Amino acid sequence: MTLAVDVAGVHKVFNSGRPNQVDALSDVSLQVTAGEFVSLIGPSGCGKSTLLRLIADLLEPTAGTIAVNGKSPRQARLDQDYGMAFQQAGLFEWRSVAKNIELPLELKGWDKDKRRARAKEMLELVKLPDRADAMPWQLSGGQQQRIAIARALAAHPSLLLMDEPFGALDEMTREHMQAELLRICAATQTTVVFVTHSIPEAVYLSDRVVVMSAGPGRITSIVSVGLGGGRDEDTREAKQFYEKITEVREGLRGGHAIAGQQIKGVDDR
Amino acid sequence: MNTAARRVKALLPPVVFGVVFLAAWEAFVVWRDIKPFVLVRPSKVWSAGLDNLQRIADAMEVTGTNALIGLVAGTLLGCLVALLAAGVRWVGELVNPVAVAVNAIPIVVLIALFTRLYEADSETPRRIMSTLAAFFVVFINVSRGLRQSSPTQLELMRSFAASPRQQFVKVRLPNAMSFLFTGIRVAAPLTVITAVVAEYFGGNRNGLGASISGFLSISKKDVGLAYVAGASVLGLLFFGFAAVLEYVAVPWQRRRDSR
Repeated sequence: MTLAVDVAGVHKVFNSGRPNQVDALSDVSLQVTAGEFVSLIGPSGCGKSTLLRLIADLLEPTAGTIAVNGKSPRQARLDQDYGMAFQQAGLFEWRSVAKNIELPLELKGWDKDKRRARAKEMLELVKLPDRADAMPWQLSGGQQQRIAIARALAAHPSLLLMDEPFGALDEMTREHMQAELLRICAATQTTVVFVTHSIPEAVYLSDRVVVMSAGPGRITSIVSVGLGGGRDEDTREAKQFYEKITEVREGLRGGHAIAGQQIKGVDDR
Repeated sequence: MNTAARRVKALLPPVVFGVVFLAAWEAFVVWRDIKPFVLVRPSKVWSAGLDNLQRIADAMEVTGTNALIGLVAGTLLGCLVALLAAGVRWVGELVNPVAVAVNAIPIVVLIALFTRLYEADSETPRRIMSTLAAFFVVFINVSRGLRQSSPTQLELMRSFAASPRQQFVKVRLPNAMSFLFTGIRVAAPLTVITAVVAEYFGGNRNGLGASISGFLSISKKDVGLAYVAGASVLGLLFFGFAAVLEYVAVPWQRRRDSR
């Protein structure tokens, strides 16, 4: 099977040699196969967002190697092999919804008709087909996040990198968006690396949950979830769902220096 | 509550305050029998305003023209210099400290200086002062807009493999637009104040500032204050125009401000 992401022995040090030096990541290795959904979870400062940014070539590793679709992260970025979504939707306020989705295509030099057609296709994918001409500030938070996902997938990348994309949404919208994301990923065969601090979110969405801990940031365990393709609202009440939540929670506790100590920044809901 | 009712509710407190304030002023002057050369009654100012309506309107036109020329010139200049400072490194390194230093000089000093550089009947020094006032506000705002894009938007642009030029054209420039219109909103009434104050330092006697200083010094305080009211109306007109411009040009800014 081809590897979508191959992280091998990566270290990341910020402010190296200075008094405020931070060992963000220490000896991190992770392989994500094509089509897989992998979540990164851990307390604040465990380096989960840093790891995502290293894969995206928004940061460079201090040591170790990273390959995305068999290429360097830089080449993958230049080829738009991946799309990204953040906690803030980050829509461009001065552009209509359709123009926001078209932006990555515009930068790549697509002609106008092709861009329009693709934006229409993406709006249908995220189930907002009639909001093409709306402005971002006219949309709700959940709708904005859908547009952000549509934009991230506009160039049909094989990989989607998401940094707490639903973190700013209310619980109801959040669960709905999780189900939508699964549907979209199944429809587009996209590989996802997903940063979150919500245990249920990670368990519900993922094939595998990567549990990380801080000081220095490292991977402490990897939980295989395997809830299968037919996840729906009933899954959230299934016995296996709770077992996996417990397993991830124990992973988080075990990775921490003092057992039973409260873990900051991880959401038990 | 519907929008109209909400608007009335928002307008009510300032209107009530204004009416009560003027009534109290009027009553105080009558009650304490204060002489007109110390403090005039608002009703006297009102009738003086009605008597001199045409002259006040003419003065508003003179001062308003100076302020408007200053606003337009200062805005264009502010945008141009901000773009140059953001685009060309040595311009930025030169302009930013100089702008801060010049901005720290009291504006009255500059007015006195410029007034002496031009002939007595020239409006140019007043226009230069208004231009400078608008320039600083617009320059500082646009510069900030060019520098401060949202980190998420910049990371996104990098993930899209955007070139520095694309990033400038597609993100920094439009982002600076909303700062530009905020700058114009702040600069607009400022140019009026500057144009009025500039007239205190000699030159033609046909504007608002010259009339205010003239009438207040010869004990025609009612007429002088009527001109002051004219200056307030002019300032509000400028502000209202700029606020509408901002509302229409950068609609996403409405929400950001109301939060």
